[in-house]
Amino acid sequence: MELYRSHVLVCGGTGCSSSGSAKLIERFEEQLKEKGLEKEVKVVRTGCFGLCEAGPVVIVYPEGTFYSRVKVEDVDEIVSEHLLKGRKVQHLVYVDHKTHESSVQKSLNEIGFYKQQERVALRNCGVIDPENIDEYIAFDGYQALAKALTEMTPEQVIQEVLDSGLRGRGGAGFPTGKKWQFARASQAEHKYFVCNADEGDPGAFMDRSLLEGDPHAILEAMAIGGYAIGAEEGWIYVRAEYPIAVKRLEKAIEQAHEYGLLGKNIFGTDFNFDIHIRLGAGAFVCGEETALMASIEGKRGEPRPKPPFPAVKGLFESPTNINNVETLGNIAQIILKGADWFKSIGIPTSTGTKVFALGGKINNTGLVEVPMGIPLRTIIEDIGGGCPNGKKFKAVQTGGPSGGCIPASLLDISVDYDSLTKIGAMMGSGGMIVMDEDNCMVDIARFFLDFTVDESCGKCTPCRVGTRRMLEILERITQGKGEEGDIEKLETLAENIKSSALCGLGQTAPNPVLSTIKYFRDEYEAHIKEKRCPAHHCQALLNYKITDACRGCTACARKCPVNCISGNVKEQHVIDQTKCIKCGTCMATCKFGAIIKE
Amino acid sequence: MPDNKEKYAKLQEVIEARKGERGAVMPCLQEAMNIFGYVPQDVQEMIADGLGVTLSEVYGVSTFYSQFSLKPKGKHVIGVCLGTACYVKGSQKILDTLSEELKIQPGDTTDDGLFTLNATRCLGACGLAPVMMIGEDVFGRLTPEQVPGILDKFRA
Repeated sequence: MELYRSHVLVCGGTGCSSSGSAKLIERFEEQLKEKGLEKEVKVVRTGCFGLCEAGPVVIVYPEGTFYSRVKVEDVDEIVSEHLLKGRKVQHLVYVDHKTHESSVQKSLNEIGFYKQQERVALRNCGVIDPENIDEYIAFDGYQALAKALTEMTPEQVIQEVLDSGLRGRGGAGFPTGKKWQFARASQAEHKYFVCNADEGDPGAFMDRSLLEGDPHAILEAMAIGGYAIGAEEGWIYVRAEYPIAVKRLEKAIEQAHEYGLLGKNIFGTDFNFDIHIRLGAGAFVCGEETALMASIEGKRGEPRPKPPFPAVKGLFESPTNINNVETLGNIAQIILKGADWFKSIGIPTSTGTKVFALGGKINNTGLVEVPMGIPLRTIIEDIGGGCPNGKKFKAVQTGGPSGGCIPASLLDISVDYDSLTKIGAMMGSGGMIVMDEDNCMVDIARFFLDFTVDESCGKCTPCRVGTRRMLEILERITQGKGEEGDIEKLETLAENIKSSALCGLGQTAPNPVLSTIKYFRDEYEAHIKEKRCPAHHCQALLNYKITDACRGCTACARKCPVNCISGNVKEQHVIDQTKCIKCGTCMATCKFGAIIKE
Repeated sequence: MPDNKEKYAKLQEVIEARKGERGAVMPCLQEAMNIFGYVPQDVQEMIADGLGVTLSEVYGVSTFYSQFSLKPKGKHVIGVCLGTACYVKGSQKILDTLSEELKIQPGDTTDDGLFTLNATRCLGACGLAPVMMIGEDVFGRLTPEQVPGILDKFRA
């Protein structure tokens, strides 16, 4: 391996790629060549660094200098100042919103966003070149597989995973070791080990980042799992919407074959393992394990009743084990460092770390990995940096369309499987969408139901019809046509759907409604009884008014599509509420901020 | 059209290569989408005949997944992310503005065949919310005011 004095790490994750990181790499390479530094400085395209808010992100090592929102024009300066003369380009260095710390003085791991994080699953993301197997191996890659195959029996591997307390990171939190035990116990000629990479929860992108940033970790874990349960064939079911992840997985599988880490007689043992990729085609329900298997089989992705569980009868009618990407991201570390090490992170009932995707109204959007049991407030305020523009925090939504909204009063809750479930939210896959005072909670509930209705596969009636009825009621409420008794109707429907739907999608679909009713009932009541939206979000319930800040410039009156604004030049204008269609054009037009909505 | 003949020949190759493979319907449909941009009835029939499955099975699969389209799409496919992170940051307004500008509803294609407007699921670029894609290009941190200007670039 060649040695370089500096490494320039450019994020090649989806967020940063979308904001042009590929062009940065090109420019860096051009510039380094021009300055004659190409033998001294290496440019590496890595996986996601986590802080997508600051993208595109560039980190220069060994200093650990973190440059944010880098533009192609900035590259020349970084090369000539930092890499040639050794002076950090101060105005491009990322500064933490809250603590005003930056990596000018400190190393990256000591600034606000990263300080409280602990990286297990994401350990290699943003550190290695995901398209180079040698870099993965240099970071202990495939050592766990070697250890499992040559020093451990399948039962010992399962015991280690069981002892670690690792629970499924895809949502439900079922103990991974238990799952493996069941699959091991099934006797059959063929068994399958499936990786569920159909990350469908809106606002969750940890699986994608892991696949993009460290694909070999997933392959290694699947091989270990295959050995443990007695499967020689693995399948990765990945969303077609993730082209970078698919490309890197394909490349990783190819490299692993070249190195003999997949294929026949791995590490000279009689264990054989091969992995296939199957692309999804845009159906949320395929994240449910029985639907996912139907989809791999090339059928409509409809779930089926359990039992029989996949461990008994799964893919192609054979015993199958299915694990989520992030779950697998922990396996190699558990085998290498042991169950006791893993248990030392987190709390006894929820061990290890969890990756969360922070999004919505929060300063530091991106991926964070924290020990289980950390207070929610730490994630939102310290790591996330709170709501932007000085707005007031209202709620955080966890668990996607199956989860719930957590109000500000519960911010001190411990983030673990059981505590979240107890308050009507759930861990889910780890999406955390922050909402501020401008977001209407009834509308958020409507938004999620709209999602579920669209994604319901239609097989069972409670989900197909029930969620639609709920959506209709919510639509009525947000349009100002809510009636007395609607909240109770929603609650009854919700309970019925929860207890009778066929699969996890339907059973959890009412959660966003139930949790918003529980914690924001006053907002529902304001919509229904007072025909008022407290967050000033629901268009139909808004009244636009012109205040005395109006200068009578007539701009709004000229733009109004229904001519409902009247008034003389240089005098305060008035909106005729009976004609107003609440389009908001006047408010956008006014240069004096004289139009408000109530 | 000679052009079309080539496309059908290409699809035939794909089908031949996957014949006998378990679960081949979806990969074949995905390839067909790449080749034709949509999966009309005759394409579905070809896949059914080629793989030895019923047309109803192919039709069932192609109508189940949102990625498969039975109608031809416009030259530029616009996808506005309606994932939660984008939604709370106002992507509905982006979609409404596009709908107004193009004078079509989400899911439809403009009469000149230039644009198809879709509301999509989470694109996973939540850090850039609100986000839309036009073809392979991603536009992030959008405001409704930027929309007409972006469209003009694709009209040129």
